Amino acid sequence: MTTRRLVLTRSAAVIGAASSGLLLPQIVRAQSDKIRVGFMLPYTGTFAQLGVAIENGVRMALNEQGGKLGGREVEFFKVDDESNPAKGIENATRLVQRDKVDVLIGTVHSGVQMGIHKVARESGVLNLIPNAGVHIATRQQCAPNVFRTSFTNSQPTLALGKTMVDRGHKKAVWITWNYAAGDEAFEGFEKSYTAAGGTIVKKLGLPFPNVEFQALLTEIAALKPDAVACFFAGGGAAKFMRDYAAAGLNKTIQLYGSGFLTEGVLDAAGDAANGVLTTMHYGDSLNTPRDNQFRLEYAKAFKMQPDVYAVQGYDTGLLLVQGANAVKGDLSNKKALYAAMEGATIDSPRGRWTMSKAHNPVQDMYLRRVENKENKVIGIAQKAVADPATGCRMA
Amino acid sequence: MDFANFLIQLLNSLQYGLLLFMLAAGLTLIFGIMGVVNLAHGSFYMLGAYLAWFFTAQLDSLLLAIVVGTALAVAFGWLLEWALFRFFYHRDHLDQVLLTFGLIYIFEEVRSIFWGDDVHAVQVPELLNWSIPLTDTLSYPVYRLVMSGVCILLAIGLYLLINRTRLGMKIRAGAFNREMTESLGINIRLIHGVVFALGVGLAAIAGMIAAPISSVYPGMGSSVLIMCFVVVVIGGIGSVRGALVAALLVGLVDTFGKVLVPQIAGMAVYMLMAIVLLYKPEGLFKH
Amino acid sequence: MSSPTATLERLPRSMQAMLVIGAVALAAFPLVPIEGTDFYLQMLTQMMILAIFAMSLDLLQGVTGLVSLGHAAFFGIAGYALAFLTPQDAPMALWWSLPAAVLAAAVAALVIGFLVVRTKGIYFIMVTMAFAQMVYFLFFDNKALGGSDGIYVYFRPDATAVGLDLENKTSFYYFTLVLLVAVYLFLRRVLFSPFGRVLTGIRVNEHRLRAVGYGTFNYKLAAFTLAGALAGLAGYLWAAQTGFVNPELMGFHMSAHAIMMVILGGMGNFAGAIVGAFAFEYVMHFFKDLTKHWQLLMGGFILLVVIVAPRGLLGLGESLLGRGRKDTTEASE
Repeated sequence: MTTRRLVLTRSAAVIGAASSGLLLPQIVRAQSDKIRVGFMLPYTGTFAQLGVAIENGVRMALNEQGGKLGGREVEFFKVDDESNPAKGIENATRLVQRDKVDVLIGTVHSGVQMGIHKVARESGVLNLIPNAGVHIATRQQCAPNVFRTSFTNSQPTLALGKTMVDRGHKKAVWITWNYAAGDEAFEGFEKSYTAAGGTIVKKLGLPFPNVEFQALLTEIAALKPDAVACFFAGGGAAKFMRDYAAAGLNKTIQLYGSGFLTEGVLDAAGDAANGVLTTMHYGDSLNTPRDNQFRLEYAKAFKMQPDVYAVQGYDTGLLLVQGANAVKGDLSNKKALYAAMEGATIDSPRGRWTMSKAHNPVQDMYLRRVENKENKVIGIAQKAVADPATGCRMA
Repeated sequence: MDFANFLIQLLNSLQYGLLLFMLAAGLTLIFGIMGVVNLAHGSFYMLGAYLAWFFTAQLDSLLLAIVVGTALAVAFGWLLEWALFRFFYHRDHLDQVLLTFGLIYIFEEVRSIFWGDDVHAVQVPELLNWSIPLTDTLSYPVYRLVMSGVCILLAIGLYLLINRTRLGMKIRAGAFNREMTESLGINIRLIHGVVFALGVGLAAIAGMIAAPISSVYPGMGSSVLIMCFVVVVIGGIGSVRGALVAALLVGLVDTFGKVLVPQIAGMAVYMLMAIVLLYKPEGLFKH
Repeated sequence: MSSPTATLERLPRSMQAMLVIGAVALAAFPLVPIEGTDFYLQMLTQMMILAIFAMSLDLLQGVTGLVSLGHAAFFGIAGYALAFLTPQDAPMALWWSLPAAVLAAAVAALVIGFLVVRTKGIYFIMVTMAFAQMVYFLFFDNKALGGSDGIYVYFRPDATAVGLDLENKTSFYYFTLVLLVAVYLFLRRVLFSPFGRVLTGIRVNEHRLRAVGYGTFNYKLAAFTLAGALAGLAGYLWAAQTGFVNPELMGFHMSAHAIMMVILGGMGNFAGAIVGAFAFEYVMHFFKDLTKHWQLLMGGFILLVVIVAPRGLLGLGESLLGRGRKDTTEASE
């Protein structure tokens, strides 16, 4: 008995001591030669694919510079944000205070971004947002050290309104989930559609992440609008398009959407998605030399096709490279770093874009139509779409 | 809302309610007969959906996939009961909650490792891939009607099993008084294994037949789990009949709630539950 | 089916000593000069807040035997109360925002408790989960309440009236530590008070207590409300510390984590809740640092605890050290 107990307690003590070493700080390095890049992305859960794509994009951009930023080597740190907003601050703090990253790249989910944003504003760490479209980050709460390389939730739909009216669809029903991203997407739609002379017949919403659309599809059929505009993403988007088609609505009422309706889900949606028109800052078939080159290299490096998230990740890397080059790797020279990033023109696979004063991309929105599981770009919905940046003191 | 619209919405609620019933039936059976709280029930639904996707791709037929998938799910349920759950019948609900919560983590990660994190589709079988026009703009997918039909058949089958067969009799006896049943020479361990496997099987079948219309994606289990619990609570734990009534009620409230009062649609079902509990703390139907 | 077994109501001397040592260590921590102190301060503060949350649940679960899967609702409500009370340009006074938030949580617990306490066993578990979901959706679906993205708490509460600058991380740390110890001592007093004895009796055998004439419904409701209020205290601190609230704070995962912390440590004596909270958070951080498949490890760890250490770490420690003191409250049917 004594022997067993002794062995157990002793081994427990050893394990405890050993593992606590993992939480204790690394031995302090004197201002290391390496630049610390932190990824705070979803590596598990519904958005895991997006996290992976974004990281791939960033690494690709850095590898084009030989894996260096402004001539200095790079060290990576990662944390899985699990798309859980409750842990946003804790996870961001880990990267900023324990791992002492010089730049925090994250994240996908807007709720989590709110947490990162707070930490970024308080600590002053450089934060590059590779996806989350939450308005407040480049509006009321904009900050000199926060840059976004993706979009705001209302940008794609800002380009939707006029497109729809031009195509003769003057009465539309809007449908989305009742949550922040859906509300913000509606803001862009309402603004552009009513400005172009369209009438929103009804605004429908269902609780997130409810995907029982039948009741509302029946409602839409009864309302008989010219078109339906929507915002859905992920599994729910695929289901919506399939339900829409199964209800026969795709034959009589044109479906439009913010581009996320058809991103990454075309395999799942199948033929039901054919003919759906969306607006977004990227498309699979842009067929520009820049995009073709990017797609080829990405496929070679990662053995999969890139999507908009990979592009956003890539552009984040490009932005970081431009900034780092301008300060020759000295990221502590914040004034020059931020100035360089603000003035950057990114030669992106999506087309050239510039940074707005509120640190959000000013970019073209493409009109895409789904044809055979591909988002075929059929034109430019609107050029140089900028987020209104209401309430941003820098704008 | 005109009458035609109303009827269609009624149809929608019925179809959703029946699917919920399939899931809730398994959960309520496992609760009622073995007294086990199983938070991982949603994971079985997800398992079914992924199996359907995987085997439809391999075997090129949804029907075959469902057959194979059901067999696998039932076997898996049996194994899980034998290896793990049967040690927990006597433990408190707390331990069961903990156990099944840990299982959720494991199942999610295993799913991620084997099948990845993408969104997948399962094609509706060609035979059923058409819609019946109801109005000049709206058609109703035949597959959903078939799905409802399958749910009804399974519900009838379950009723017959529990109330009209010897096995059902033993199950009911075991739920009523375990020791007495055992002393009568009935192998209660076997019964428990059967019931558990049945519960898992029902959840998996629900996932399989729903897969073509819901798509297959990570986390699909958790959203359905909560609704399942609400149905079981409203219907009364252990009562399959209660689960049916409650599921249809929930279907009605969810469907009409979305259309008539969208502002509180998310809460509507919980409010229903609160009202039921005020008058009948043990649900609509006693076990 | 046995009711949850509580461990070690009267802590053995060795454990009491360990607790004191732990408290001293926590108090001394900010004085140790290691790299990245700020981060560890914040991490420990967070663990302490979660320990308070776990203790509140222990009152409900370990002492009264009511397993709630929706306890996080009260945690979140208090956090949101602080968020709503704090204006964008100036902090709100501590002396009344704290009671207000705790009161909000208590009122919510009273109302929900009234509906929920009438159920038992499995029902209670599921019904608490469902009500917490209702509260979750109430906040998630409504932009007026902040919606799915949550709200910032722009300033920490103003405690200058008592000479504390809560914006200072170290001050906040000590403030939380003091509250942790206070709540622990308070709950220990409650445990051995007549009220606490009735609660324990309810856990062991409610029928017997009813037969003797106790109105168990009222006692359970009181326990539920008190537990909710204390969860609110924890939620208030969380919102003050992180500066950000969102519906996930009231979510299913938060409630489930709380349950795990309480079980992990050992139920019914509040010391276990503290140990469990620290251990759980530590283990989670450890696994997340280790691999991207950390969920597998976490799930495995939870299974291990349930199978090997059903009375939690304190129970395990007790059996390993061989001090098998007879529990004053043996579970009996």
